[in-house]
Amino acid sequence: MSIAEQVLEAARRAAGGSAEVDVNVAREHLALTRFANSYIHQNIAREADTVTLRIHVDGRTAVNSTTVTDDAGLAALVERTVAAARVSPADPGWAGLSGPAELPKLLAEPDPATGEAAPEVRAEQVRAYIEAAGGLTAAGFARNRKVVTTYVNSEGQAASGTVVEAVLDGIAKTPTSDGASRQASRLIADLDGAALGARARAKALASQDPVEIEPGEYEVVLEPTAVSDVLWVLGGYGFNGKAFNEGTTFVRLGEPQFDPAVTLVDDPLSGPAAGAVFDVEGTPRDRLVLVRDGETTAVVHDRRSALEAGVASTGHADAESAVNGAEPINLRLEPSAGAPPAEVDGPAADSAVMALVAGVRRGLLVTDHWYTRCLDPRRLVMTGLTRNGVWLIEDGEITRPVKNLRFTQSYPEALAPGRVLGIGSHAPAFASKYGVQSAMAPALRLAGWNFTGGASG
Amino acid sequence: MSSYLDAADAAVEHALALGARYADARVMHRRTESMSARNGAVEALDQGETVGVGVRALVGSSWGFFATPHLDPAAAREAGRRAVEIARASARVPGPAAMIPADPEVGTWASECHVDPLAVPLSDKGDLLTAATAEMRKQGADVATGLYQIWDTRKWFVSSEGHRIDQHIRECGGGISATAVGERETQVRSYPSRRGQYGTRGWELVTELDLAAHAAQVADEAQALLRAPQCPSGETTLILGGEQLALQIHESVGHAIELDRILGWEAAYAGTSWLDLAELGKLRYGSELMNIVVDATYPGALGSFGYDDEGTKAGKRDAVRNGIWTGVLAGRESAAVAGLDYAGSVRSMDWASLPMVRMTNVGLEPGPHTLDEIIAETDDGVFMDLNRSWSIDDKRLNFQFGCEVGYEVKNGKLGRMLKNPTYTGIGPKFWQSMDMLSSEIVAWGTPNCGKGQPGQIGHTGHPAAPARFRNVRVGVRG
Repeated sequence: MSIAEQVLEAARRAAGGSAEVDVNVAREHLALTRFANSYIHQNIAREADTVTLRIHVDGRTAVNSTTVTDDAGLAALVERTVAAARVSPADPGWAGLSGPAELPKLLAEPDPATGEAAPEVRAEQVRAYIEAAGGLTAAGFARNRKVVTTYVNSEGQAASGTVVEAVLDGIAKTPTSDGASRQASRLIADLDGAALGARARAKALASQDPVEIEPGEYEVVLEPTAVSDVLWVLGGYGFNGKAFNEGTTFVRLGEPQFDPAVTLVDDPLSGPAAGAVFDVEGTPRDRLVLVRDGETTAVVHDRRSALEAGVASTGHADAESAVNGAEPINLRLEPSAGAPPAEVDGPAADSAVMALVAGVRRGLLVTDHWYTRCLDPRRLVMTGLTRNGVWLIEDGEITRPVKNLRFTQSYPEALAPGRVLGIGSHAPAFASKYGVQSAMAPALRLAGWNFTGGASG
Repeated sequence: MSSYLDAADAAVEHALALGARYADARVMHRRTESMSARNGAVEALDQGETVGVGVRALVGSSWGFFATPHLDPAAAREAGRRAVEIARASARVPGPAAMIPADPEVGTWASECHVDPLAVPLSDKGDLLTAATAEMRKQGADVATGLYQIWDTRKWFVSSEGHRIDQHIRECGGGISATAVGERETQVRSYPSRRGQYGTRGWELVTELDLAAHAAQVADEAQALLRAPQCPSGETTLILGGEQLALQIHESVGHAIELDRILGWEAAYAGTSWLDLAELGKLRYGSELMNIVVDATYPGALGSFGYDDEGTKAGKRDAVRNGIWTGVLAGRESAAVAGLDYAGSVRSMDWASLPMVRMTNVGLEPGPHTLDEIIAETDDGVFMDLNRSWSIDDKRLNFQFGCEVGYEVKNGKLGRMLKNPTYTGIGPKFWQSMDMLSSEIVAWGTPNCGKGQPGQIGHTGHPAAPARFRNVRVGVRG
């Protein structure tokens, strides 16, 4: 009997036959090698099994988790959760458990070599990155991760699955500039430290001695790295079912809120961290179109916000969704049709970016966003800064590096009908630095972006 | 708990036997509890227990860290082995590594706690949040939320240099927020702040907040903000409430004086710092009124402890004195690289996370004024209070903050309420413009400080009081 089944059985016995019970067991191996000043300065690995037990009985709910997975630890988990459920306040928003349901099929099985890669593998990737940076100071990280999740509940739903991912992410620095490159994949063998280090070096060299320019509205080409921030912000604040219920998001279902070129999907079946085809409530997650040809079509829900909205859960519950609302986690902005990307000279990430740059009479090429925070979720006005390389574009050419700028910009308004002047022809994969989200993000050419401050304030 | 110390000993001894020249191990046992309520009903009750050991090993000049939840002797030894194995892999891309000398501390410490927060009945805690959020809803809040969080942490630390330390730290806090939803905007008012107030104290902290008593006003003000005029745009005199100034300190001083950032160890992620060690002791950071102290001994503040997570006893040190930059937040390794002789600011989120340079309590010493005096002496300006948004560049220079509420200040008096108050600036220029500082210090707790990879959430404290700043750009809008 698995740990999940063992805990389920014990909890049902302890809480009584009328109790609704579910159990989630996540077994995680996470390893991460950090480098700075061109050497490995931090290098970690950790393993943990986390067992989460949820009991709803007599209108009250309690959730309890533990990493103590011996018999005594699991017994204590059951005892604590039953006791808490009996005395906790009433839970009128309880949405019940998910029933038995089939899971979507993954397009590819998880790669064991990726999830369990040894520290020497990451060290060699780091070495290749640093060497390709060619004498510039390099910093960043290499990560591999494997999570095996098992879910069971008292309604008969049972699911298990494995997610693996690998990431290589870094910068090269000169005294006056930084250049960034990053890549995420389900296959650690895909990560090319030498190519990424060389790209970071090219960007850093091309952005030396930047000049300060006047803030204002500029046409922009956002590179895929910057677009990944746009997607995560849209996902977290905008397509959040709880926020939608509360009226605090910009989303209006069925309306043409975006440019017709925009199609945005949440897709657990492909992408760098694909594999989470069910959520912590055991609800299946499948490909979900959030925006189709500019029209907003869906938000994501856990069971609680879905009940409130009178719809079905989309399978986006997580440990915090009851409070913060459900969020999409595998976002992909569909790229435009076009030739496969190729390496290019100069600071642009690739030929797909350069194709967008070629159409700009005067604007800015932006590598990265940094520290983006929400001023008002209703219009989704964000402030943040550029980072890791910004250049002026004049008559379709990248002409000179400029200093970082602060922006204050409504993201959906930047993508509104008529504002998207081009989308890159491929969507590189990125893993969030903050959590489990991934994004597949093509470059974007936008008619305007509101820069509200320069380097000197 | 001798078994926990035994596990830590086993890990350290095995790492040394396999070639480490230094090793330490930290066993942590933590119980957590949080409850959230919305619109008069509880929406989440989460409790947790976690136990494990994290082992650091220094082999040659390279570090390795491994963490496991298993504490039997064989598992502990295996954790020591894995830490050494990882350190040997680090040596493929080697760098400098050293540690300043340290006394082998042996000690015990516990935070003061009058009412054990985990022993307070769940029903009482639930009633507190449901009553407060129901009252906000009744008073017109479109969304009324309340939250408390509790952490009860025991740590056992041993090192190959002879450290043997155990600590018991209890932290808790909470708060309420009301959101008003308009046609194209939302407005929020919170008490005592958006994140709540937190400290290394017992449930008495939450009781003293008296959340229910503030619910009606919070809801009224959220609705009033929808009708209020926009904060004007331009340069003006800015008065900040203490909670907002606490976050200003956190972002533009606390992170900037982290020695790992100054040394470039966070360059690719959290960023570096505008500060140059060559300027330590000489650089003017702010006005003469600016006295920032790093004090892990501050009673009840959220960043307080007895020893940091590499065994350095808690202490108090100047970071800025009379406006001059005088100190940093350091650990034994970063101090050695920088040529400094003090540490004491290394912490980790949990047993599974690598200890790293973190803020403790970083805050202002009191000034000579009161908020009333500051307002009375201001002819024309804006008063802003309670943080709503925050953003700062990777060198900790260029910042922009949004607050929940603003008020006109005209001829020494508070005037109309203003919505969407924001201000922006450059750190040292801003701090040099501080010309009045209140004595009304509150040690605000920040329970959500993100840093490190894998990401760690830190708990920090920031003693702060209202203050006045000249010629600040306000009213930035998108």
